[in-house]
Amino acid sequence: MIKVKLEKEIILKKTQASAPTQWRSFFSSAYARIGTTLFLGILIACLFGPLFLDHSYESTQLELGAQAPSYNHLFGTDTLGRDLLIRTLIGGRISILIGFLATVVAVLIGVSYGMIAGYVGNKTDALMMRFVDIVYALPFTIIVILLTVLLGRSLILIFLAIGAVEWLTLARIVRGETRNLKTQAYVEAAKVNGLPHHKILSKHILKNLISPIIVFATLTVPSVILLESIISFLGLGVQAPLASWGSLINEGAQKFDIYPWLLIFPSLFFSLTILSLNFIGDALRDHFDPSK
Amino acid sequence: MAQLILRRLFQTIPTLWLIATATFILLQLIPGGPFDQEKPVTPEVKRLIEAHYGMDKPIHEQYLQFLLNRLQGDFGPSYKYAGWDVDEIIAQSFPISLELGFYALLVALFVGVPLGILAAIYHGKRMETLFMGLALIGICLPAFVLGPLLLLVFSTELGWFNTFGWNTPSDRVLPALTLGLFYAAFVARLTRSGTLDVLKNPYIQTARAKGLKEHRIILVHTLKVALSPVVSYLGPAVAGMISGSFVVETLFFIPGLGSFFVNSAFNRDDTMVMGTVLFYAALILLFNLIVDLLHAWMNPRTQRD
Repeated sequence: MIKVKLEKEIILKKTQASAPTQWRSFFSSAYARIGTTLFLGILIACLFGPLFLDHSYESTQLELGAQAPSYNHLFGTDTLGRDLLIRTLIGGRISILIGFLATVVAVLIGVSYGMIAGYVGNKTDALMMRFVDIVYALPFTIIVILLTVLLGRSLILIFLAIGAVEWLTLARIVRGETRNLKTQAYVEAAKVNGLPHHKILSKHILKNLISPIIVFATLTVPSVILLESIISFLGLGVQAPLASWGSLINEGAQKFDIYPWLLIFPSLFFSLTILSLNFIGDALRDHFDPSK
Repeated sequence: MAQLILRRLFQTIPTLWLIATATFILLQLIPGGPFDQEKPVTPEVKRLIEAHYGMDKPIHEQYLQFLLNRLQGDFGPSYKYAGWDVDEIIAQSFPISLELGFYALLVALFVGVPLGILAAIYHGKRMETLFMGLALIGICLPAFVLGPLLLLVFSTELGWFNTFGWNTPSDRVLPALTLGLFYAAFVARLTRSGTLDVLKNPYIQTARAKGLKEHRIILVHTLKVALSPVVSYLGPAVAGMISGSFVVETLFFIPGLGSFFVNSAFNRDDTMVMGTVLFYAALILLFNLIVDLLHAWMNPRTQRD
């Protein structure tokens, strides 16, 4: 009993390392600083930028046509005379929103699925993970395209479809970790003491899974944004007049030889976002890596 | 080895069956038949069409027929390209996609692996930052960003390549780079960390102590083991290249299977979509099998799991 108590204390100490110290050590990495600054900058620009712009992202001015960047239209205008800056920012809202919502869906499915498979074990586990293997063998983009074809094209369906295919990796990670944690002495002790399963899962297992979940979620956001952009680029995603970075890059790619700015600005925002999120994800992984 | 192949084949068959069944169920569930048109057809015509496509039989017979046909490589008629079978379209367009994928894979490996090895050799020095910086740039330039940019620079501005088509050998360059460089970046990162891990081993120190040349250590003693994460990555990479080929083929107007798939998704050509999905799934399963075998050959220890 004393031993169990000791182990519990050690675990508690581990998880309760004071938050400010943790943040300081995270931001000691240049990647973390650059990534966070860049991403926050883009996020704030997309969220609040449109409030300060007089142009509308949807009303067209056909007589204006595609204009090169100027003082009035910093990023120029598209072929329908719409201001590209505001369209890029609105598109960013959509892309980032889908990125986060689909990640939430993926995390919810992946964590619960993986925890159940790992905790119950035996045949249930084998069956559940075999299913993951099967779906894993399929190309994600194709499934998402299939789902958007079958279910119609709407924002909610897009992020549900993406979330529904991105959870697999997390389910594998969580299942592996859960199996390890399940055999720990303090979990056995909790079981012997009659703690119900859902409490063991939430108190003793989920809490120890937080760091891999955070790392994975951060790295999922850019891959979701990428997937959504591919689908919108192919014209199967977000529909006009709404825009996402993928659909804007598509418009730009069709006329890049005459109006290069239509391609360059959305691509720049998209690439910098992916870059910054990868920086943050890598830095978080190093930060939580116990072998360091 | 033979046991491994057999075991993996036994895992693959049920997977394919599940996917085939799922596509069959999806085809049945889709609201509105494929022949719903603006103008309603007379019941007589409708009955004839349904009889022609075997849709008037009971559902379990249709299912059995469906499985039998797929087993024989018959994917049924395309609903939109009248007179064409899905397998004929696949047979005609897939070789083009395969060629594109092959070049892209070459780009990914021949750019990624040397970059990763160089970064590992220069570990802790400035050069490493440079090489890995290049790899990072690659990661945030997926096909639909890189493709138009390459076109803008090399065909519009410099005029070195055609903007579209798949006729001359030089038409292969930009599409292959567009598709391959993104994966080269991942390959470089994996090669670097794999090489660094191996270089830590005592047998490398022994080799060094015995006075072996550094390039020999890398090429002979390190590479085979260090590349095993890269080999594992080839499975997902090829799956990714298939979806990447949708973008590249659309962008460069290449008549490969990818552009047919995207078009059929647009046109609601349901048999074509399902047939292509099934085909891609089989392809990816086959490729994963090859990757697993390659892996087992490179790392004999993994066979024991």
